[in-house]
Amino acid sequence: MKIRVKFTKEGPIRFVGHLDTMRYFQKAVRRADLPAAFSGGFSPHMIMSFASPLGVGIESIGEYFDMELKDSLPAHEIMDRLNRVMTDGVRILSVFQVEDGKAGTAMSLVAAADYLVSFREGKEPPAGWQEKIGPFLSQEEILIIKETKKGEKQVDIRPFIYSFEEREGSLFMKLASASSNFTRPEAVCASFFRFLGSEPLPFTFFIKRLEIYANKGTDESPVFASLESLGQPDGIF
Amino acid sequence: MRNLALSDEILLSVDKAARYIGGEVNSIMKDPGTVDIRFAMCFPDVYEIGMSNLGMMILYDMFNARKDVWCERVFSPWSDLDQLMRQQKIPLFALESQEPVRNFDFLGITLGYEMCYTNVLQVLDLSGIPLIAKDRKEGPFVIGGGACAYNPEPLADFFDLFYIGEGETVYDELFDLYKEWKDQGLSREEFLYRASRVPGIYVPSLYKVTYAEDGTIGSFHPVREGVPEKVEKQLVISMDKGYHRIQAPVVPFIKATQDRVTLEIQRGCIRGCRFCQAGMIYRPTRERKVEELMSSAMEMLKNTGHEEISLSSLSSSDYTDLPRLVQFLIDECRERCINISLPSLRIDAFALDVMSKVQDVKKSSLTFAPEAGSQRLRDVINKGLTEEVILRGASDAFHGGWNRVKLYFMLGLPTETEEDIKGIAHLSEKIAETYYDEIPKSERQGKIQITVSTSFFVPKPFTPFQWAPMYREEDFIEKARITKNEIRSQKNQKCIRYNWHEPDVTILEGFLARGDRRCGKVILSAYKKGALYDAWTENFRFPLWKEAMAENDIDLDFYTIRERRKDEILPWDFIDAGVRREFLWREWERALSCQVTPNCRAACQGCGARRYETGVCFE
Repeated sequence: MKIRVKFTKEGPIRFVGHLDTMRYFQKAVRRADLPAAFSGGFSPHMIMSFASPLGVGIESIGEYFDMELKDSLPAHEIMDRLNRVMTDGVRILSVFQVEDGKAGTAMSLVAAADYLVSFREGKEPPAGWQEKIGPFLSQEEILIIKETKKGEKQVDIRPFIYSFEEREGSLFMKLASASSNFTRPEAVCASFFRFLGSEPLPFTFFIKRLEIYANKGTDESPVFASLESLGQPDGIF
Repeated sequence: MRNLALSDEILLSVDKAARYIGGEVNSIMKDPGTVDIRFAMCFPDVYEIGMSNLGMMILYDMFNARKDVWCERVFSPWSDLDQLMRQQKIPLFALESQEPVRNFDFLGITLGYEMCYTNVLQVLDLSGIPLIAKDRKEGPFVIGGGACAYNPEPLADFFDLFYIGEGETVYDELFDLYKEWKDQGLSREEFLYRASRVPGIYVPSLYKVTYAEDGTIGSFHPVREGVPEKVEKQLVISMDKGYHRIQAPVVPFIKATQDRVTLEIQRGCIRGCRFCQAGMIYRPTRERKVEELMSSAMEMLKNTGHEEISLSSLSSSDYTDLPRLVQFLIDECRERCINISLPSLRIDAFALDVMSKVQDVKKSSLTFAPEAGSQRLRDVINKGLTEEVILRGASDAFHGGWNRVKLYFMLGLPTETEEDIKGIAHLSEKIAETYYDEIPKSERQGKIQITVSTSFFVPKPFTPFQWAPMYREEDFIEKARITKNEIRSQKNQKCIRYNWHEPDVTILEGFLARGDRRCGKVILSAYKKGALYDAWTENFRFPLWKEAMAENDIDLDFYTIRERRKDEILPWDFIDAGVRREFLWREWERALSCQVTPNCRAACQGCGARRYETGVCFE
């Protein structure tokens, strides 16, 4: 039985890295006394996988992991048990059943993600930046330098920016997030700053991930659906 | 949401920011308005090491059980943050409230090993607390405890008080005394005077040391009436009633060195190895009840979610109900997929049976700690392990499928000869031969792999070897060279790996372990020159320490290679550690004549611990 858990990561715990967040949930599942399924062998581990790693310092209200259970439990009970053992800043938002098997892992489904990027005090972009969003997006290409294993590479990220708009003094954006086209919000923002003729200072951006999506359409005409909307809510698993 | 003491900019620039944010599962938050005492409990090393210290966790839990106390944790900032805090004048803070340590009532510092002493000064310095105790007019009282508090003298200048022994006994009394003192608005000196009268509390400023012409201590006395001549170590008399059982240990976000539940099964050790300080100062051996351990294990596993549990004691094999406890854990942990780790097990049939159930034989190794290479020298140190027992254990293990062996030895033990050293190689060779003689080729899982590690011996206070001379750096190097050459000339040398460390850290450890008050200025100078994190090989810079000694006119050899006289006043003699000086001297003499002393269960040796009327003395 496979379940998908949606959770938040806000406040000081944003400084806990991805691997440690995984460890955190493995221990949390034990504290919640959920009937987790384990791999075999002398050092069995919980069968659990995360949708998309979240960088250190980034908050989120839309993170996901999948895990296997060996017995059935009502979704709300799983959610309650987990919420009772969470620490500050981590809340379980929903639990739902998903199809068994490798094909449907959260990780393989990820196609896009929403982010809200605000600017730390004193590090805002030059005044009037709101008006420059249109021209920024109208560029034929937006080139950034990407560090790869083989060295630096120039990439056009324009096709990977699905939305980019102002929201209450911050920037909202929907970016491609599959493993082949993962686009970092800080890279997009830095590019925008440069378009405005300004170089962002270090630690300018305060980033919050809002949601992670799968693509229910095609590559050419994507239809994004949140990972949460794909599951069966509140079944008795 | 809690506010953090460090800005995002800093937290995103340093390694492992999660070391500094607090907020872990089971960490304790309180409303500062509801408590009378704010206690900052510090382990002066990096977070991952400090969070693995059981003693600190017991006290954290115990203090917070009091409504009027809020105990929070403090660790040494790693070098990257240390620099930023100095540059930006950010005061050191406690993890829970993120508030500056200098606003607390107490700063408690756990002294687990000598090489943390410069980190003690770092913690004071970053907190903005004067390094020298007598310069403090306000701010927290700085109190030291832990194993190194059994010779607190090198640190006497930096601490207001020390707590000698196990923490469970008199902290309540100390806290009550503190509240009373605070209400009355009296001087700092008055609190320290009153505290000095609490058993187990040592206030260094209330004692005066004079020195004889030869540099040894001439006299050591209290300077004020009512301050006791002797400070009595504290210990838990009843492990049923006096032991503080932790229900919900803090679960670090990042992987601590001990990323598991630690179940303390007993305190003390019956063996009486003459080099071992823990085996002497934690006497008498006291066991916790097996039923209590079973329920505590399950409770801690449930409340932490850890995937591993480890038994903690100096010698698990001597725990009376070990088979029952281990069987219980195996049964309970198997279905929950929890690993069991069993350190300090003597290799015998029982141990091999248990180990084959809890670990993958192919991947694990057997550990023997003969400590000395020859039977003669093992008798000197009173290590009851014989060659026959080691070879039989190894043989059983090889038949059980193991083919990796780790061997631990010490070099530089008292009376050691070249033959004793070569014995390390010979014993390793015999183990290798046992494998090839007994296991037919067809059944062998590859070559045997033997790893020999040697450390250099450091004489410690309150052991029979407290009078013994240490060796010089070059002597240690020579001893390691002999070991290496002898191993290399064995028939199966290709199967034997040899590890040894640079001896300079050992020399410094020896200096600090048996140092006196005059050594404090060396620590201060070394710290000011930049010595920090000395326990970390990559950071250790012995030349700084040598400069510090030279500048302060301190002769290293006086503290390390000198054999102490029987009537010499040792810096730690004012502490009553339970074991009597006459017993230790008798053991020293027996060591020199290679006489073995039976363990506590076999025959009482009258060490002095019987007066506590508990534990193995009354079995």
